[in-house]
Amino acid sequence: MSYGPYGEEERYTISGIRFSLLSPREIREMAKVTVIRADIYESDGSPIMGGLRDPHFGAIEPGERCPVCGNLRQDCPGHFGKIDLARPVMLPHLGEHIYRLLQATCRNCGRILIPNDKAAYMLQVYRRLKERWPVLADIFAEEVAKGASSTTECPHCGTKQYKLRLVKPYYLYEVREEGEVRLTPSEIRERLERIPDDDAELLGWDPKSSRPEWAVLTVLPVPPLSVRPSITTESSQRAEDDLTHALVEIVRQNERLKNFIASSAPESMIEEAWNTLQNVIAAYIDNELPNIYQLSHRGRKQLKTIAQRLKGKEGRLRGNLNGKRVNFSSRTVISPDPLISINEVGVPVEVAKILTVPMVVTPYNIEDARRYVLNGPYKWPGATVVYKKRENVKIDLRYQRNLRQLAESLEPGDIVERHLIDGDIVLFNRQPSLHRMSIMAHRVRVMPGRTFRLNLLVCAPYNADFDGDEMNLHVPRLDEARAEAEELLLVEKHILTPRYGGPIIGGRQDYISGAYLLTVKTTLLDINKVRELLRGVSDASVELPEPAILRPRPLWTGKQFISMFLPKGFNFRGRAKINAGDLKCDSEDCFYDSYVVVSDGRLLEGVLDKNTIGAEQPESLLHYLVLERGSEEGRRFLDTVFRAFIKMLELKGFTVSLSDVLVPAETMKRIKSMVANAKNDVIDLIRQYNEGTLEIIPGRTPEESLELRIIQRLQRLRDEAGKTAIDYMDVFNNAFIMARTGARGSDINITQMAAMLGQQTVRGRRITRGFRTRTLPHFKPGDLSPEARGFVAGNFRDGLSPHEVFFHAAGGREGLVDTAVKTSQSGYMQRRLINALQDLYVAYDGTVRDSENNIIQFRYGEDGIDPQKTYHGRAVNIDRIIEEVKNVTGGGAGA
Amino acid sequence: MPKRSRREPRNEQGIELGEKLKAKLEAAKSMLPPKLYEELYEKISKGTDLTMEQKIEAVERTVRRYVESMVQPGEPVGVTAAQSIGEPGTQMTLRTFHYAGLMEFDVTLGLPRLIEIVDAKHEPSTPLMRIYLEDKYANDLEKAKEIARSIEYTTIGNVINSVDYTLGDRTLVVRLDPEMMEDRGVTVDMVVEALERLKLGDVEKGEENTVLLHVSESVLPDESLTDLRAYEDIKNKIIKGYVKGIKGIRRAVIQERTDDKTGKREYVIVAEGSNLSEVMKIDGVDITRIDTNNIYEIAETLGIEAARNAIIREIMDVLQNSGLDVDIRHVMLVADLMTWTGKVRQIGRLGVVGEKPSVLARAAFEVTVNQLYEAAVKGEEERFAGVTESIIAGLPPRVGTGIVLLSLGVNALKSPSQLSQAEGAQQ
Repeated sequence: MSYGPYGEEERYTISGIRFSLLSPREIREMAKVTVIRADIYESDGSPIMGGLRDPHFGAIEPGERCPVCGNLRQDCPGHFGKIDLARPVMLPHLGEHIYRLLQATCRNCGRILIPNDKAAYMLQVYRRLKERWPVLADIFAEEVAKGASSTTECPHCGTKQYKLRLVKPYYLYEVREEGEVRLTPSEIRERLERIPDDDAELLGWDPKSSRPEWAVLTVLPVPPLSVRPSITTESSQRAEDDLTHALVEIVRQNERLKNFIASSAPESMIEEAWNTLQNVIAAYIDNELPNIYQLSHRGRKQLKTIAQRLKGKEGRLRGNLNGKRVNFSSRTVISPDPLISINEVGVPVEVAKILTVPMVVTPYNIEDARRYVLNGPYKWPGATVVYKKRENVKIDLRYQRNLRQLAESLEPGDIVERHLIDGDIVLFNRQPSLHRMSIMAHRVRVMPGRTFRLNLLVCAPYNADFDGDEMNLHVPRLDEARAEAEELLLVEKHILTPRYGGPIIGGRQDYISGAYLLTVKTTLLDINKVRELLRGVSDASVELPEPAILRPRPLWTGKQFISMFLPKGFNFRGRAKINAGDLKCDSEDCFYDSYVVVSDGRLLEGVLDKNTIGAEQPESLLHYLVLERGSEEGRRFLDTVFRAFIKMLELKGFTVSLSDVLVPAETMKRIKSMVANAKNDVIDLIRQYNEGTLEIIPGRTPEESLELRIIQRLQRLRDEAGKTAIDYMDVFNNAFIMARTGARGSDINITQMAAMLGQQTVRGRRITRGFRTRTLPHFKPGDLSPEARGFVAGNFRDGLSPHEVFFHAAGGREGLVDTAVKTSQSGYMQRRLINALQDLYVAYDGTVRDSENNIIQFRYGEDGIDPQKTYHGRAVNIDRIIEEVKNVTGGGAGA
Repeated sequence: MPKRSRREPRNEQGIELGEKLKAKLEAAKSMLPPKLYEELYEKISKGTDLTMEQKIEAVERTVRRYVESMVQPGEPVGVTAAQSIGEPGTQMTLRTFHYAGLMEFDVTLGLPRLIEIVDAKHEPSTPLMRIYLEDKYANDLEKAKEIARSIEYTTIGNVINSVDYTLGDRTLVVRLDPEMMEDRGVTVDMVVEALERLKLGDVEKGEENTVLLHVSESVLPDESLTDLRAYEDIKNKIIKGYVKGIKGIRRAVIQERTDDKTGKREYVIVAEGSNLSEVMKIDGVDITRIDTNNIYEIAETLGIEAARNAIIREIMDVLQNSGLDVDIRHVMLVADLMTWTGKVRQIGRLGVVGEKPSVLARAAFEVTVNQLYEAAVKGEEERFAGVTESIIAGLPPRVGTGIVLLSLGVNALKSPSQLSQAEGAQQ
């Protein structure tokens, strides 16, 4: 759909681009001016005719009329000029191509160094290959060239052939008997001219598009001014584009060479000027070529010439064509709001007043449209621009006095650029955009404040937190784009990830603790608590069941509360995260309540924790719910019950304190003695090593064996110490609850707080570096004992000794360095993967094809299944289906 | 056909239902992947507590679920795969780890190994072979030792302490290291033979673990008798002299393994270094299970399909070792893209991307300027078929919703009445 002011011009579609070298004739034909003067402006500031700002390059000043096409600057496409070179000059990047061509052809007659009949046959093969397997054709041409290059005598004219030597980028030497002779560009050009079309083709060139001799320039095209605009600074000083600077240098050197030739200067001077011209032209094309003198500003800054404009991340291709800057986008800090839906995003009013959506006025929305126009650009919800269809004018409301009159004059067909309002679809993104869930569609909720607000549950797919993260927001403006965003990109469509077939959105941290506390057996809720929780959920459509306990007062269990939100007919059976260690149960009716049973939408047994409602937990309750009941039902679950989890924490209060990691003196004493034992063991190992009786691990040196043994022993020590400390903790210990439910932290974290940090390592080894034979001057040289090599017996509760702090920092730094190195490496790998795989798609026949219609797979993934819709990779969970069938049709023997 | 449960009455209706189930299963067989069908068949047959109707329902639901889970046409599976493998890259370790239960070697794992695989490097930075023995030798430690010793690439330098010489004297003294010889299974005779193979001169067993080498005049002419370099050259030749083993195998260690499923125990030789084609020739080696992490070797000796499977397995191993969960379908797609031409191609400039027919896609990836020159010389044409090119030209990419070429002619529906007519016609 196209709107009047947004481009109703005739549209053409590119069908192809052919690449070729410009022939001298083409260059001459398209040139509207020949540059012969190295100066740009006359003393009065007007451009010099025949200089690099000659008006024939095209109109660029406002109001200027182009002397070539007669257009004003907005319609003048700009025109090329030329520089007639006094002597031919090589195109720098084609040195190797030319070298290959000359090696394979006769220095006298220009024919390929292969006998006629053989060459003819090879050409036939080459052409056939080119049709079907262009890559093979290239390899074939290379082989042909290699073969021809080794011939020493021309099979056509019998001339003896010399070897050539290429000095990059473009110097060619012929190795004759009398020594090496440099070939001048003129000689090279003459030789290239002699190569017949067929021979050039067999050597990989396409002479129809690019004759080999065109690789040696006789005339240089000069791009129009629109390609190299000059800029005027505030102090009305002119600054020319880098390309213009480079071209000035070319003209200067060309004129110098011309003069030398005209005045028949000594050959050596001409040669020198010629080489300089060659170098300057090479630098104009690519200022980063090896072995050339680089062009630079007076201030030594390198000039950015043609190649530099195209190359690299910020170059034309990657920076302006593959990625573009866009309008209708916004960026600000993000902050959490657990009370909005996961499908929503909170947008500051200030932002909503700037980002706009085109709204076509119809009889159905004309009242709204009038209201927006009446509000104007500064009052939300308003509008910024009105396009009147009948008058075909765009009216900027900022400069519009009489908004009332304009609002009245609206009629169907007009277009109003209205502010963003609640319910609009926008795209939300956080970099690095590593997977498709990094850009999702949200519905707008305009709110006060200056930050974007998002539901905590969508932190997982964006990998976002709120320590200052910023995110981007884009407004799709066309109906197709908005429809596509809503149908395909909406957050709820991405609860399940295609990476492994499981939910990527789900509970984390407090949601898990809250879920556990709500569903644990000890939680009983009176009517006030239930009301409070339901207020948090703000979903009144549920029906309160009969309370589990009636006297002395009605009390509901947390499980009953959850059950109100589970869909009828939903079943689940599985282990909770806490189902480990002492709380292990292998079947239902678990004493520790660690085996979850949901039957017909009622949570009968078990606590909810990471394994059932957590993010990135495949085959969990949440996963089955979203997969089998659809994303909308899944979203409803996340938007309701999960709020109750948070509310539960508010009601109950949840924190960690020193008392959570306090361990009785008795236990600490036991840990101390364990440390002593381990140290003795290590000393014993060192003794064995010194005596040479240490059992050596095959394939390892004695030193390595010793280190491995010590690390193993100390690892065991920490595990045992941790277990001793954790065993003491009760089930109401908050740190323990967090670790066991999977909310945050693990047994190791508790161990480090309550018992000991354990061995610190750098690159998987104990810490050895620092001084020559010791880590710190606190130890004796050559000391291999645990404490001298980074073993930390202290814990975070009691604090560390100075040398322990040092070792801990050394170990911690490794992690930081690792992350820094890793991100760049994995980023590059992903760029390559994406570039290689981006064209692959599933065709209508179920095959996977690339952009050339080659079949990569006959059936996607061998079974044609979309991983996003799987049970952790499996298309169908037959056990669940059998279970379902039993319940639905009833009458099964076991029911 | 599953057996009817005992409770099922033997009547007309039962038989009819049985026929129906049979038909349903038959239909399911043609639709479902064999593995899934087998699972369904087995579970239906075993499900004695299911009624006929329930069984039929289960089959129907299975088929329905399968169909519902199929990929939709246009799905950009390539990008999804690339993201699914690339995204967890940030969570991977950067370090070389010891394999679980393999203290003997360092093995490259994590991100570096993953990069190595998609790079299609000719040799892994830590090549490793797992050599299983034929059933009859599976528990034969002696045989395992014999093979392990015989494949370890051993040079004279590995089993000697020093080579001593005096300037002017043609006789060099090679001092053997009995401990190393024992370890590597080398006898003095083998060293003598190895020295003879070098054709440097006459060899003679000396006293106390020494071997004497009388260098011939052709190797060490009289005028070189004072030349230290000539002696050193000879010494280096001796040190590099081949005794036994297979090129590329640096070390071999024997491990005892227990199969998780069958509980069968056997000896496995784990070798540092890899040379698949040579090791396969050794008697007693089970060539059906032999294994290496060198993908090129697999492609050369066993063919491209084997290489494809090796890529899949290697990538899945790396991901699993890092504790990352990635669907195998993504990995299969990468492996197929790397191998479908019949050669193992790198994911990158020198492989898959470099061989794309689109000039702009190649130029936008790496070495922009050279790509453009190359294109000019060859007179290449850009057809705007792929994603990058389409974006550059402002065209909708032909993946995802972009594969739909059918559109409604807006001009065909000029007035609201025509619109409602069109709606009416649909019904």
